[in-house]
Amino acid sequence: MSDERVENRLFQNRYVVDVGRPHIRVRPHEVPSRELVAMTRVCPAGCYSQNEQGQVEITADGCMECGTCRVVCAKTGDIEWNYPRGGYGVLFKFG
Amino acid sequence: MTHEHFDAIVVGAGPSGNAAAYTMAQRGLKVLQIERGEYAGSKNVQGAILYSDALERIIPDFREEAPLERHVIEQRIWMMDDSGHTGMHHRSDDYNEQKPNRYTIIRAQFDKWFNRCVREIGVTVLCETTVTGLIADEHRRIIGVQTDRDGDGIFADVVVLAEGVNGLIGQRSGLRKELRPEDVALAVKEMHFLPQDVIDARFNLRGEEGVVIEAMGTVTDGMIGTAFLYTNRESISVGVGCLVSEFAKSGEATPHGILDRFKAHPSVRALLEGAEIKEYAAHLIPEGGYRAVPDLVGDGWIVVGDAGHFVNAVHREGSNLAMTTGRIAGETIANVLGSCLACTRDNLQAYVTQLQETFVMKDMKKYKNVPRMLEHGGHNIMDIYPRLLNRSAQTWFRVDGRDKKSKESEILRSARQARGLTGLLGDAFRLARAWR
Repeated sequence: MSDERVENRLFQNRYVVDVGRPHIRVRPHEVPSRELVAMTRVCPAGCYSQNEQGQVEITADGCMECGTCRVVCAKTGDIEWNYPRGGYGVLFKFG
Repeated sequence: MTHEHFDAIVVGAGPSGNAAAYTMAQRGLKVLQIERGEYAGSKNVQGAILYSDALERIIPDFREEAPLERHVIEQRIWMMDDSGHTGMHHRSDDYNEQKPNRYTIIRAQFDKWFNRCVREIGVTVLCETTVTGLIADEHRRIIGVQTDRDGDGIFADVVVLAEGVNGLIGQRSGLRKELRPEDVALAVKEMHFLPQDVIDARFNLRGEEGVVIEAMGTVTDGMIGTAFLYTNRESISVGVGCLVSEFAKSGEATPHGILDRFKAHPSVRALLEGAEIKEYAAHLIPEGGYRAVPDLVGDGWIVVGDAGHFVNAVHREGSNLAMTTGRIAGETIANVLGSCLACTRDNLQAYVTQLQETFVMKDMKKYKNVPRMLEHGGHNIMDIYPRLLNRSAQTWFRVDGRDKKSKESEILRSARQARGLTGLLGDAFRLARAWR
């Protein structure tokens, strides 16, 4: 099975990044919840990763604004999720 | 803009928002539509199939100008195992008609066109503006919206929430509950570009003819989900979608991994060979069905499209439900305001009543038990039956010196082994009951 990296796919997409104003934030934590860890695998843009201490971090630049992480983590309160400001974020050419 | 008052504000410029805005402006209302993308369509994702009937009821001559890809003349439904598929193909020259029934479309282009029609009929469209909240009066009636541009807010008699599946505004305002992971599917999709004549040859097409493939089976790794492949003029939309709850609990599966698996499948690989991928997109699809439909109206607000959970997951229909709910919401508002009444919950209730009379609610009700059936028997349907079906087909079609009677017995035996007689009967009963 070819499992091409997510980064290569996102490279095809257009984004207008709102520098310094990420629209998704992960609440600081010592040990991540099961849901938060799941996002390192489930996020279709691969925005979530675990650092050396095992904490989950997000880099939302490649986010496609699907809302999956918001739904998965709704009950845990791990994530603060907003849409980017008008005009920012992903810009689909085809959709 | 700040102190201008509108008859209606529409949040979102997808199929439902455009349908609502167009319908209201056509009936003389003063409408403002707010879209967070750079242009309508820039945030929207769909397979995508356009169902003519729903749009014809809004713009009868849409075929003259709308950016359409191919009209669908062939439908393939596949049950896949790891090495092949068994399925049903339906194709007819009758679909090469004056006014075709279904088209493949590219949403970013289509929505842009639809929104241009909306503007031309007199709607004020504000792009690159994110609605951040609703404004209520002391009686908790919704009287306007707050945006990320305008501190004072914008006011109207009614707000049409066409904000899509991930509709933060309605949820944060307490108008509807948070989505459950069991009720939404995460779909990922790629656009594969090939010359038109190559697509024609690979799919046995001429001119503007198009093919739709809907597939399910072992490709989703036992998760409840489907895969699709739609022919556009010079591209192929290929994608997979699985319930978010399944992804969240599954051990190793990634959305793009499942997509790669589908693309690499022996039944699919050759269809895509040599294509240039130009976009990768992801989106949620509301698949909870009738039971997941939230409150649709309240004092000063009305919900349409994906925000109202209007998707018929069994038939892969959504954009037509979006346009129809948008149109009927628009008509209801025009009727209420035209009678010099206020957009109260009671007066807007006519929208819900009318939806009950259309295919929208009738179909949603018909399949209301399907999501539950899948929650309990999904693994069998996604994994055991596709394997069984493909193995049986091989047993049947291979000519190997064994007599046909023995082959029949083997097929029946393997079915019993896979699910047991009680299991088979139970599955048949559950399917029949959910389908009813």
